[in-house]
Amino acid sequence: MASDAAALSLSGVDSFYGDSHVLHGVGFALRPGRLLALLGRNGAGKTTCLATIMGFLRPRRGEIRLYGERISGLSPEAICRRGVGLVPQGRRVFRSLTVRENLAVAARGRGPWTVERVFELFPRLRERHGQLAGSLSGGEQQMLAIGRALMGNPRVLLMDEPSEGLAPQIVAEVGRIIGRLNAEGLSIVLVEQNVKMTLGLAHDVVIINTGAVVFEGPVEEARRDEARLAQHLGVF
Amino acid sequence: MQFWLIQTLNSLALGGLLFLLSSGFSLIFGLQRIPNLAHGALFMLGAYIGTSLLAREVDFWLAAPLAGVLVGLLGVALERLVLRRLAGNEQGQVLVTLGVAFIIADLCLLVWTGDPIPVPAPEGLRRPVFLFGFAFPTYRLVVLGIAVAAAIGLFLLMERTRLGAMIRAGVDDPEMARGVGIRVSGLFTTVFCLGVALAGTAGVLGGPILSAYPGLDADMLPLALVVVILGGVGSLLGAFVGSFVVSSIYNFGTALFPDLAYVILFLPMVLALVFKPEGLFGRVRA
Repeated sequence: MASDAAALSLSGVDSFYGDSHVLHGVGFALRPGRLLALLGRNGAGKTTCLATIMGFLRPRRGEIRLYGERISGLSPEAICRRGVGLVPQGRRVFRSLTVRENLAVAARGRGPWTVERVFELFPRLRERHGQLAGSLSGGEQQMLAIGRALMGNPRVLLMDEPSEGLAPQIVAEVGRIIGRLNAEGLSIVLVEQNVKMTLGLAHDVVIINTGAVVFEGPVEEARRDEARLAQHLGVF
Repeated sequence: MQFWLIQTLNSLALGGLLFLLSSGFSLIFGLQRIPNLAHGALFMLGAYIGTSLLAREVDFWLAAPLAGVLVGLLGVALERLVLRRLAGNEQGQVLVTLGVAFIIADLCLLVWTGDPIPVPAPEGLRRPVFLFGFAFPTYRLVVLGIAVAAAIGLFLLMERTRLGAMIRAGVDDPEMARGVGIRVSGLFTTVFCLGVALAGTAGVLGGPILSAYPGLDADMLPLALVVVILGGVGSLLGAFVGSFVVSSIYNFGTALFPDLAYVILFLPMVLALVFKPEGLFGRVRA
């Protein structure tokens, strides 16, 4: 499945958490400028998949390539510096740093993203720039987590449940921002529980079930096959 | 009155030394998640190196930072060659630092023998100053001043620079810090080096007050532990406040209730661990 045309490709990836075998030969490809939705039930291995791409977990087998360059086996800092950004589950902002510091420590490489540009995207963060990240609301922390990932000027952005635990209004705003970033050309892998929002944004869909890919295809095809969605994702 | 004043000043001077020792200990603990049990031994090593430098007529104010640099370099070697290989094995790392503490103590005994070596205060600071009719030991005031200056310097480094923000990010969430491209292992080395260099420097500065003797390490390490657990792991402010609280408890406790000195010292630590394990100013549980 790996191809040179892909922004990000996984092939035959096996990952373990300690002794437990979580990912079984996972393979899929994200094409440049596309938004790929990675779906699956709780515990299916979505977060493990992102953790493996980011280098938090070393795959035991298989390989991961970023624009053709092999990144599996590299350290997370090296993977970040090559152009992978992560908006992690639970946001994980640096709580004792101010908003501005959270962005400043993540600034990498040359590209359009600066603290100023993140503030233009999220004016609310500008208002709170001197505040400790730990004191922000959930929605503001999510904006900060997205802004922080952008500060690395990523070529591929991984987003793990950005709508989790947010008020519906904020979810809609986060969805708009994701759509806008993608429309500006950023390639995105989006993990979401919110299937409806995700199918509205995605070009391609990958479904994993108990650590293995059970569907990969364009979003239209996924939509047509509601039985399959229901089978792998539960009723929605 | 003179008793209280002198004891207070002694507490402040010891608190200053303790801050130089425990600030590095606390930063290393906060970032690497391990108590560096060799920290007391590195303080003692600094003191002994200081005595050798002073014996070779090196100026006191040069000897102190020089000893700090030498101890800091040893720290880099320890971090890169030993601790790094045990990454992820925290128990192993702690045990290694304890082993290194014993090795350093034994080597010090071999090189500098078992006799205490007194360290004279620098020329010009040996005579007391008289204020309001009371005599104050000048050198202790200077040590206090140096500790306050170091605290301000460290505060500016940690709170006002990008390096400091990256270190704090590493304390908050080391994995995520790596995920945004911060080379946390490089920070580990930097912080470890800085922390033990401060300890080495403090050893020399403490010389005129404590002198250099076998067992100095075992006297100082528990104090640093109490400071950090009371003040909060990884917190500079905690180390600062904790240092003066602990030195006061220790000084007044020893003077007023000599039989209970250790009870008075360790009881607050036990209470802190039970009721407020993150310390007064910390975020990470000890």
